[in-house]
Amino acid sequence: MSLLEVSGLTVRFGRRQVVAIDDVSFTLGEQERLGIIGESGSGKTVTALALMGLLPENAAVTGSVRVRGQETLGLGEAEYAKLRGDTLSMVFQEPMTALDPTMRVGRQVAEVLLLHARNTSGNSRQRVIEMLRRVGLADAERIADSYPHQLSGGQRQRVCVAMALINSPDLVICDEPTTALDVTVQARVLKVLDEMLDAEHTACLFISHDLAVVSQVCSHVLVMLDGRIVESGPIHRIFATPSHPYTKGLVATAQLDKVAPGSPLPTVADFYTRAGATR
Amino acid sequence: MRKIQLYTGLALIALVIAAGLVSLVWTPFDPIRVTADRLLDPGWPHLLGTDAMGIDIISRLLIGARYCLIVGIISVSLAAIAGVPMGVLAGLSGARSGWVDEVVMRVNDVVYAFPALLLAMLLAAVAGASTVTAMVAIGVATIPAFARVARAATLEVAASDFVLAARAAGTTKWSIAVRHVFPNIAPVVGVQASVGFAMAILAEAALSYLGLGTPRGTPTWGGMLRDAQDVWYTQPVQALWPGLAIALAVLGFNLLGDGLRDVLDPRLREVR
Ligand SMILES: Nc1ncnc2c1ncn2[C@@H]1O[C@H](COP(=O)(O)OP(=O)(O)OP(=O)(O)O)[C@@H](O)[C@H]1O
Ligand SMILES: [Mg+2]
Repeated sequence: MSLLEVSGLTVRFGRRQVVAIDDVSFTLGEQERLGIIGESGSGKTVTALALMGLLPENAAVTGSVRVRGQETLGLGEAEYAKLRGDTLSMVFQEPMTALDPTMRVGRQVAEVLLLHARNTSGNSRQRVIEMLRRVGLADAERIADSYPHQLSGGQRQRVCVAMALINSPDLVICDEPTTALDVTVQARVLKVLDEMLDAEHTACLFISHDLAVVSQVCSHVLVMLDGRIVESGPIHRIFATPSHPYTKGLVATAQLDKVAPGSPLPTVADFYTRAGATR
Repeated sequence: MRKIQLYTGLALIALVIAAGLVSLVWTPFDPIRVTADRLLDPGWPHLLGTDAMGIDIISRLLIGARYCLIVGIISVSLAAIAGVPMGVLAGLSGARSGWVDEVVMRVNDVVYAFPALLLAMLLAAVAGASTVTAMVAIGVATIPAFARVARAATLEVAASDFVLAARAAGTTKWSIAVRHVFPNIAPVVGVQASVGFAMAILAEAALSYLGLGTPRGTPTWGGMLRDAQDVWYTQPVQALWPGLAIALAVLGFNLLGDGLRDVLDPRLREVR
């Protein structure tokens, strides 16, 4: 039995039932890492929120999502809340707004720990500090006593990673966790994430619009376009022999160092043009 | 620089609080015993003179500060304790249980539409005119203001990323209300409270003036104003002192409210 089995997942929004994602299916085994890649508006975040049961109330979700064989679609809010933060957790795109500005970050991390307190023994603050150290925050004591606005974007995103991993979940969904960070910070946060996933034996669904970033964390990747999965497979296979024109474009833009000197930089639009779009 | 409003407001309020505290232990003269020195002009030893019953005006003003604070605190607390949870409940109810929002806010509309003066008259008729009935009437009449402000602020907080992140971590709806919504709407409620305080002071003075609040003889500022009316043509200065006291206290709380708004509003904070 796989950790996560998604089949025929479809999400429609609002009264007009606008389709945001259409018949998405994939499976994810224990400790596996799967990337989802696609351009803005392709339905990556909607997929993530659907798996977490966090879509707004105007969303109609059909299909099936099984976590360790348990169907989660249609689960009540209370039962879902037990899964979240414990079996499933999530790191969001915007570290600037994902932490409550009125609460010290140490307490925010501790709250997650206490929400799912299986072992109430031991000092929660001690465990929070230890976790903050493990995600690479050197003076963890000071960080724990800071408010979010006193921290940098990179520090906040590390806090969010600590929050997502403190209960050793089975699956972490990362929705473009490094998009809002600059390149050097991005590399460091990705490294920490990579190490932590290994150490905690946690599976990961890693969402990005950047194939180069996904390839640092994941072994397999799904390519999403307009709410559908157009291609999937091991990442080295995708790089070597992309089949869908959109994927070809992605691969070309992810390998800018292989562009022949003198030729123009490739864009996705060179390879794939939407029906109806004019160039 | 813009903090001048806040500090002026705080200074005026501190003055009222100090007067109220001093009156607990000391007043220059007995604030309730009638004497023969009626309607003295300002001078020595009665710095602001005496009123129609021969009671020292400063002493009465000091005691009045106490009543003004008590009325403000109790009626604002009443309104906030009833109104804020209602607003949060309505704001968090969401589309699926939208009827909760409807019911709560329509009830508030009804209370809002009901004239506060009529409410005070009804309460006074049932329970007798007293400071307590005035406070209850003012408190009940301002519940909708708190409910609306709290609801609007809650809707904003509920749509924020950190609430979504808290839900992703397994926090339940009611824990979110307590841990994330209340602390984040506190500044807005604080602004409403200080403005509500000013309104409560004015309303209590008006009700006392109309004889629907604190009974005659108790030194409240509104009551003093009413007493001064009897000698308005001969001794207009009698109305000046309680009027000034009310105006300064109301100004203080309004300045505090505006000052807090400026300091706490993140959009304004960014500009500076
Ligand atoms: N609450 C909503 N109501 C209606 N439509 C929505 C809602 N949320 C998302 N959508 C629609 O679903 C589609 C997919 O959006 P989604 O947020 O998943 O994109 P994304 O792939 O995460 O893009 P990005 O890279 O910009 O984050 C979009 O067309 C969007 O308009
Ligand atoms: Mg997104």
